Amino acid sequence: MRADTATGGGGGSPGSLYARRKKVYPQKVEGRFRTIKWTVMALTLGVYYLLPFVRWERGPNAPDQAVLIDFPGRRFYFFFIEIWPQEVYYITGLLILAAMVLFLMNALAGRVWCGYLCPQTVWTDLFYAVERLIEGDRRERMKADKGGWTPTLVAEKIAKHTLWLLIAWWTGGAWVLYFADAPTLVRDLATFRAAPMAYMWIGILTGTTYLLAGFAREQVCTYMCPWPRIQAALTDEWALNVTYRYDRGEPRMSVKQAERARAANEPAGDCIDCFQCVAVCPTGIDIRDGLQLECIQCGLCIDACNSVMDRIGRPRGLIGYDTDINIHRRQEGKPEVWRLVRPRTVIYAAIIAIVGGIMLWSLATRAHIDLSVIHDRNPLFVRLSDGGIRNGYTIRISNKHLAPATFRLGLEGLPGAQLEVVGVASAADGIAGIIVEPDATRELRVTVSTPPGAALADATPIIFHLTDAATGETVTTSDFFRAP
Amino acid sequence: MAKKEIDQISGIETTGHEWDGLKELNNPLPRWWLWTFYATIAWSAVYWILMPSWPLLTDYTRGIRGHSQRAVVIEQVEALRALRAQHGADLADAALEDIQATPRMLEFAMANGRAAFGDNCAPCHGAGGAGAIGYPNLNDDDWIWGGTLDDIHQTILYGIRSGHEQARFGDMPAFGRDGLLDAQQVRAVANYVRSLSGLEVEPTADLALGRTIYEDNCASCHGDSGEGMREVGAPNLTDPIWLYGSSLEAIIHRIEVGGGGVMPAWDQRLDPVTIKSLAVYVHALGGGE
Repeated sequence: MRADTATGGGGGSPGSLYARRKKVYPQKVEGRFRTIKWTVMALTLGVYYLLPFVRWERGPNAPDQAVLIDFPGRRFYFFFIEIWPQEVYYITGLLILAAMVLFLMNALAGRVWCGYLCPQTVWTDLFYAVERLIEGDRRERMKADKGGWTPTLVAEKIAKHTLWLLIAWWTGGAWVLYFADAPTLVRDLATFRAAPMAYMWIGILTGTTYLLAGFAREQVCTYMCPWPRIQAALTDEWALNVTYRYDRGEPRMSVKQAERARAANEPAGDCIDCFQCVAVCPTGIDIRDGLQLECIQCGLCIDACNSVMDRIGRPRGLIGYDTDINIHRRQEGKPEVWRLVRPRTVIYAAIIAIVGGIMLWSLATRAHIDLSVIHDRNPLFVRLSDGGIRNGYTIRISNKHLAPATFRLGLEGLPGAQLEVVGVASAADGIAGIIVEPDATRELRVTVSTPPGAALADATPIIFHLTDAATGETVTTSDFFRAP
Repeated sequence: MAKKEIDQISGIETTGHEWDGLKELNNPLPRWWLWTFYATIAWSAVYWILMPSWPLLTDYTRGIRGHSQRAVVIEQVEALRALRAQHGADLADAALEDIQATPRMLEFAMANGRAAFGDNCAPCHGAGGAGAIGYPNLNDDDWIWGGTLDDIHQTILYGIRSGHEQARFGDMPAFGRDGLLDAQQVRAVANYVRSLSGLEVEPTADLALGRTIYEDNCASCHGDSGEGMREVGAPNLTDPIWLYGSSLEAIIHRIEVGGGGVMPAWDQRLDPVTIKSLAVYVHALGGGE
């Protein structure tokens, strides 16, 4: 991969140690990949901006927002899923899945993430669209920027930046809606009654969106983002990449020269050096230099080249998703090979399936109640006045139901033992009537006493079981009963 | 720089710097990066003015914002106190039994009591309330002065033999030191006391003599059968729990020197809510009565 095409060579004054940025003026393009990009942009932005307003009925004790990160309440709500802080391993699972999906995408088709899905790409693309709408296409923009300030240009720039700021502000605004009840927050924001934190975050995200999508643009991919570097280490010769098929394109010559050469049975490339692929590139590179770090593989050069090929009457696909291997094979006269199923993709897919399966399984089967037990360490056990032994425990009961629940606590493994819970009346067959508030936990102190003379080992395994009186759901936790 | 020099291999201009034949290529940094760097330098200057930053000989610059970590901590502690006072207000008015029966109050009292126990009680009674020789174990069910919530509350408030006018008081005479019993009698009654709780006695022990001595000297406080008496803090001698140890020597020593431990009164040192919390916590430790 080459990294020096767009940045190297000293773009500033001769001998300067600091390069002035070469501004990129991507040209408008139409075609299959542009359509895909528009569609993906509409989908992703639609989800991002509208998702906070989706409602999800959860009853009186929980918010009715489909996706909500409730920091004060320490809950994460995602449609039918409610995640508690101690279930943070779901986040770990999600991160593993995200990494593996990224790896799999990379193994199949290079940096498709970068070209179509990355927020930086999506918002930059949107900002470019606005720029193009107001200031015109590539040539007009380049001319205007060179020509000095005119009233029209000033008006256009003001309009552009206003629109950019509006989009950026809406982006920041949508972000905070994920952290509070969206309709309420919108009303509070409009009437200036929302928390200062909300305004602060809107400010930060408006600023970063405006800066990153309006100004930093491709420099984020080139200088800031680690993925191009990691991706370069993860890719292999079978991955599909946006490729200039130099076996077909070289030697470059004009349409007429090519016609002459072909008539004379001399080698002639299809590339006519029209620089359309460069003009449309949002990172300002020349794809014909080969695979390079700045390339986000958005495929716009494919669209541009195809439209040129149509016009000069040559077959499409001079630039296309291809592999280096196939170019060499074609040059050697061998048939192309495509291998999407190979150990790398199979392993990634398997990990995704396994991790996703485990997460789904544990989500589907997880209990709505939870019991954790901590044995007293100091003292481990106590001798009672009648000669019996008592152990103390601190238990914590979690009620993940959205209604109050009544529990029964029982003990197994220690016949004749007496179970008591501080603050709750005990019964002969265990403790009933432990009430826990909806969506809350309760800590209780429990003592277990054996009658005098019981034969006890140093540590007797015991099992606490907690039953939800209403649903009958039972969870158990094992611990030990210590004796001298 | 006199003349541009282009590196043959990479085609990149050199900076003209050379070390032992190695030439540095000019791969320029982006200019915005440079400006970001300048901005951070400017920001550091702003920071020096706003925040405490420069050490002086005996002091330091305080910055115009007057920020100090200590003030922040004090503020946070005050906020926490205010929050706790709010929770504690309920406890102040509630009866001990009600605190125990109300989950929200119980939770606060347990947390508050645990913290206060660690600060004030643990030096004698141990971090977990397990006690030591002479300091009662608060986890068992043997209560010298009673183990109900009110008993425990009373003990914490006024102490035991603390000198407080409402303190509980009980005195075990120094039978040996004061010449009330001779050594042989002490040994005999010590053996008898051990027999009360089923402990082994010396083969040579005169249990009949011990019993007579017990009935004459000890039964008035410890009860006819050694069951103890809470009004005067006389421990139960029939159970397996021994405040000063159950060995013959330990019991002989106790009969010789008499006396008992002192528990300080806390009514002047801790606020009522904390004392209530402690009572609930200690009651929960030992299962209470």
